[in-house]
Amino acid sequence: MEATIEVSGLSKRYGSTVALDRMTFRVTPGQVTGFVGPNGAGKSTTMRILVGLDRADAGTAKVGDRSYHELVRPMTTVGTLLDAAAIHPARTGRNHLLWLAQSQRIPAGRVDELLEEVGLAGAARRRGGGYSLGMRQRLGVAAALLGDPPILILDEPFNGLDPAGFVWMRDLLRRRAEQGRAVLVASHLMGELQDLAGHVVVVAGGRVVADAPTRDMRDRYGSLESAYLELVR
Amino acid sequence: MIRAELTKLRTVRGWLFGLTAAVVLFVGSALLVAAGSHMSCGDQACPAPPVGPDGQAVEDHFGFAHRTLAGDGSLTAHVRDFSGIITYPPPRHDQIVEGLVPWAKAGLVIKDGTRPGSPYAAVMLTGSHGVRMQHDYVHDRAGGPTGARWLRLTRTGASVTAYASLDGKTWTTVGTVEMSGPAEIGFLIASPGDITVTENGLGGTSVQSRFTQASAVFDQITSTAGGEWRYDEVGGGGPGADWEKYHRPAGLEASAGRLTLTGSGDLAPVSGMAAVPYLAGTVPALLAVLIVAVLFITSEFRRGLIRTTLLASPARGHVLAAKAAVIGGVTFTVVLVAVVAARAWSTTVFRANGNIVLPTGALTDLRLAVGTAALLAVTAVLAYGLGVLLRRGLPAILLAVLLTVVPYLLATTSLLPPGAGEWLLRVTPAAGFAVQQTFPAYGHVLLPYTPAQGYFPLAPLAGLAIAAAWALGLLVLAVLRFRRADV
Ligand SMILES: Nc1ncnc2c1ncn2[C@@H]1O[C@H](COP(=O)(O)OP(=O)(O)OP(=O)(O)O)[C@@H](O)[C@H]1O
Ligand SMILES: [Mg+2]
Repeated sequence: MEATIEVSGLSKRYGSTVALDRMTFRVTPGQVTGFVGPNGAGKSTTMRILVGLDRADAGTAKVGDRSYHELVRPMTTVGTLLDAAAIHPARTGRNHLLWLAQSQRIPAGRVDELLEEVGLAGAARRRGGGYSLGMRQRLGVAAALLGDPPILILDEPFNGLDPAGFVWMRDLLRRRAEQGRAVLVASHLMGELQDLAGHVVVVAGGRVVADAPTRDMRDRYGSLESAYLELVR
Repeated sequence: MIRAELTKLRTVRGWLFGLTAAVVLFVGSALLVAAGSHMSCGDQACPAPPVGPDGQAVEDHFGFAHRTLAGDGSLTAHVRDFSGIITYPPPRHDQIVEGLVPWAKAGLVIKDGTRPGSPYAAVMLTGSHGVRMQHDYVHDRAGGPTGARWLRLTRTGASVTAYASLDGKTWTTVGTVEMSGPAEIGFLIASPGDITVTENGLGGTSVQSRFTQASAVFDQITSTAGGEWRYDEVGGGGPGADWEKYHRPAGLEASAGRLTLTGSGDLAPVSGMAAVPYLAGTVPALLAVLIVAVLFITSEFRRGLIRTTLLASPARGHVLAAKAAVIGGVTFTVVLVAVVAARAWSTTVFRANGNIVLPTGALTDLRLAVGTAALLAVTAVLAYGLGVLLRRGLPAILLAVLLTVVPYLLATTSLLPPGAGEWLLRVTPAAGFAVQQTFPAYGHVLLPYTPAQGYFPLAPLAGLAIAAAWALGLLVLAVLRFRRADV
């Protein structure tokens, strides 16, 4: 299996709202791919369709040459962070990861390892409802990394992180990319992506408006931010 | 996937609390009701009813004029007269009237002695159900020509055959049953109490039984057994009712080839007496289980956790089925433990209060325990299915209560006319409560076999099947709707 993400001709409407309009792009392994665009551009929708939560009206979305629902133990192929608030407030962080691990037949030891890695070891046995925004984010990242997947799909991973968290997240993503994984990161933080992403997909109104190496963007527009502002205008 | 869902269920403290509450409510209600039930018979313990050959508690009380039957033999007689009185019948309950209750009995019987509860086979004329052959309290069959007044009972080897005739010449077989060993053969008279049901407000009912007496004159008697006709009031305690003391005592009068036998009582299974109330906590426990089952799924929708679940297991039908299996399986296990505990504990309390514990039989006990666990498990799955469909906790809980607990309560209290109540217990998921019926309804024992008295319109397994069909139907509907939906 090749660690790629392939979105092709994806269209999606919610009632009268057009969320995606023939969205097409490809994410290759070995680098971080930034996924940027204004609010409501369709980034989250694309990601939800990629992992089979929403159904596209037209087009195909493949992870590692396959549809998400064809994957066995899917979290060992694709790690996903969509909404870090999606936890049961009464369940501890550790137990949240534990049931996820059991569903993928991952040994429980991996859970404690990950809690250490994302810096939640101390809070692991506290109820998730009491977690701060950043702690939830870390728990969400832990869930995405649980299956050591070759493909990562992360929606606004920097949300709520403290400055040290930013550094940690940056390193984490870079390292995974260097290991030859495909990493798709939706974010509004142009400064972060400029250093981190090797490639950028810019979307607006549910369509791709630019799809190029970060370096090319920077060369042409000066910075990723100016490129973005120019492109989505 | 099952294991992950089990972990989910046990790692939310509120749900563990809810399931524990179900057990506590179940056992606690049983204890409370048992502690509140008292029975006293003067200073001593109440006598337990005799137990019949098939293991049920039975009433074995009748007037018996008998001779000893050594081996084969037969008895033939004509019922010349059959009449009786009923004390204070409805509607006004203010006078004693002449007449027979429907299951008053006059006829011939072969019985293994006069010990209450011993086996017998009998052919009899009844108050309004014609000629019957009955044996061993629970078996009853109609037969013979309409209007027959001639009865015959013969024993050949190990079989006893009953006949009836219009003229004493042409005989019709009513039935044959197996019965061997030494026996007494003779005449029987019995007249069960007149049963009335009154509503006592607040939707409850009470059942009353009033004294009746029957009298039969037998003539043209042919008996192969010789000797005197000896009289015994089987299972009787002497004159009890005022009527017997001041008007007409029970007993036998013999004159010129005629026997006149007068008496009360019945040969029948005991029903209508309360069993150990160990299932009293079913509804409170059901409510607790129902809430947990709904929240088990709706909390996932509420927090968006369902997306994480589907990321882990994209096969949506499987996910929903696994969750249903977990909530159903856990409920079954927990309730089974609760039933066993409630039964053991409340039986002790019940007995200590002087109550008689009627034997129910191992199979019935097993059915009540496993059936109750299954009933709650099925209802939990149904509530969970509603949770998937509605995706919101409160509406799903309310609808589940409306479909299960409400029909049950309406039907078992007399808030609805009995017909409507029984209809509810046929078509709604509350039909599953039929699995909790302790004693069977007997066609030859006149009692109010209503839900309020613990009798259900459907057979235990049929009722449970209706509830299961509801749960399965809702689950299938939920899966179909959920399978293609955006979450
Ligand atoms: N469940 C939904 N129901 C109705 N409309 C929706 C739904 N999800 C998304 N939309 C609409 O689809 C469009 C795309 O939304 P989406 O969340 O994909 O944007 P986004 O690029 O992730 O935005 P943001 O940067 O704010 O996160 C928006 O117009 C949004 O209102
Ligand atoms: Mg978004």
